[in-house]
Amino acid sequence: MNDKYAGTPLGERELNRGKIFVNSYTPKLHYQWDTGEGIGRYLGELKRGRLIARRCDGCQRILIPPRMFCERCFRPTDEWIYVNDTGKVLTFSLCYVTWNVRRLKQPLIPAVIEIDGASAGMGILHLLKKVPPKKVRVGMRVRAVWRPPAERRGSITDILYWRPATEERE
Amino acid sequence: MIGAGMTRFMHRALETPKELAWHAANAALASSQLKLKQIDCVVLGTAPDAFDGVHMKSEYLADGCGGRGKPFLRCYVGGGTGVYAVAQAYFQVASGMFDTALVVCEEKMSSCQPHPQAAFLTIFDPITEQPLKPNLLWIFALEQTRYMETYGITIEEIARVAVKNKRNALNHPAAQLAAELTVEDVLGSEIMAWPVHRLMVSPTSDGAAAIVIAAEEVARRVSDKPIWIQGIGWSLDSAYWTNRDLAYPEYVEKAAWMAYDMAGVKEPRKEIHFAEPYDPFAYKELHHLEGLQLAPKGQAPRLLADGVFERDGDLPVTPSGGLLGVGNPIAAAGMMKICELFWQTRGEAGKRQLPGKPERGVAQAWGDLMQVGTVVVMGTKKPD
Repeated sequence: MNDKYAGTPLGERELNRGKIFVNSYTPKLHYQWDTGEGIGRYLGELKRGRLIARRCDGCQRILIPPRMFCERCFRPTDEWIYVNDTGKVLTFSLCYVTWNVRRLKQPLIPAVIEIDGASAGMGILHLLKKVPPKKVRVGMRVRAVWRPPAERRGSITDILYWRPATEERE
Repeated sequence: MIGAGMTRFMHRALETPKELAWHAANAALASSQLKLKQIDCVVLGTAPDAFDGVHMKSEYLADGCGGRGKPFLRCYVGGGTGVYAVAQAYFQVASGMFDTALVVCEEKMSSCQPHPQAAFLTIFDPITEQPLKPNLLWIFALEQTRYMETYGITIEEIARVAVKNKRNALNHPAAQLAAELTVEDVLGSEIMAWPVHRLMVSPTSDGAAAIVIAAEEVARRVSDKPIWIQGIGWSLDSAYWTNRDLAYPEYVEKAAWMAYDMAGVKEPRKEIHFAEPYDPFAYKELHHLEGLQLAPKGQAPRLLADGVFERDGDLPVTPSGGLLGVGNPIAAAGMMKICELFWQTRGEAGKRQLPGKPERGVAQAWGDLMQVGTVVVMGTKKPD
């Protein structure tokens, strides 16, 4: 049956025997991404310790991350609106591996956080800390922990992480 | 559709991308009993260039696809590519421009060292997300949590998908990760990113798959058992994925209804005999079955537990063994599902042949930032 299905699997053994030849290349690519109008302002406000959104008068949504056009109404958005640095966990994970599958003893806790003051369901990706992994719940209230002002540089990492808004009780 | 072929799916293949494409294309041509000179145009589906480390790899792959000296194009909608490529070829033939098309999907992920995950890192927003150092597991884990939480689904219910698909793959001669496992085995495997366990994740793979399609009069002349492409559909949702409810794939629903409407399918649960939904992660199969209208929202896990989706159930799902069992060379994995529709509806699936002569199946693929749904309905009858 296998002759119908071509292909020669290679394992460590074949590769280590020295009979398989390979050629390698490591690309050196550096990119510098311009942040644009909407996200540029977003980052500027992060540096000042605030979260900002855009409102669309078409669908009445308050959008975060902010954008200068609404992808639903396909028209320019209308106004800048400050929103809060508190919110609610929409979903989370306890991640025990890095991108290259290196193991972590303490998991990273990525989460989508619905931002207070933005429309329902408007979340941003960030990390939770200062919470025992087993205590993280969908719906949990959290607040941002900011980098000291002098260390902020206009980046999403000016928020160090999010922590429970109230101390978790046993 | 008049021919199908594929290579083995492997963690790492000796063959180059071009050689893999050639083997699959050659097998599909043999199956269709056409020669390359009878092929009017060639369509290639393949995912990011970054896997192979070859920029504009469609040009690089064209020779292996039989594209030399022919109208040749590459199409790409991320992980949805393998199923979408059928639509792209359908347009060429249905337009009347060409009588025959060879469709080849290839992926060689192993070239990207130490792990092809690196090629995925730049799919996240470069400014608002990449500084948080996300990895691909995150989006699946975040979506799975949301799905489970919304409908009260248990991790045991999710694990059953891996058990079923890896078992179905035992009868697929091209399979990379076929296994007889229990729910306990799956839940006992390492937690990669809760709630995702290692055995709920499809492998990275090298492989290729290909099909041949033809206009009606050509198909009838050269084949006594042509399989009809009855419906195609696709839809892309917003890349602002943190602004969407991840519990339900609306874009899959849109794609599915586009394909069902074209196929004249009004009640998918009754009129679709088996399904090959995209299963790169265990929960995705259930999530997609709901988007495909083959289970009510949040109910796919219960139907699986009741045996509905087993090989001998009312609606067999992923009889091929899927990405979890056969392997996941991205675009080729979607095309493998198309091949499975072909073999099952022709009664040529060998040991995997489903009972009851299934006449109509649906295949679906998915990709990008939880964003694209691509759907093809195929069957033994020409649609009205």
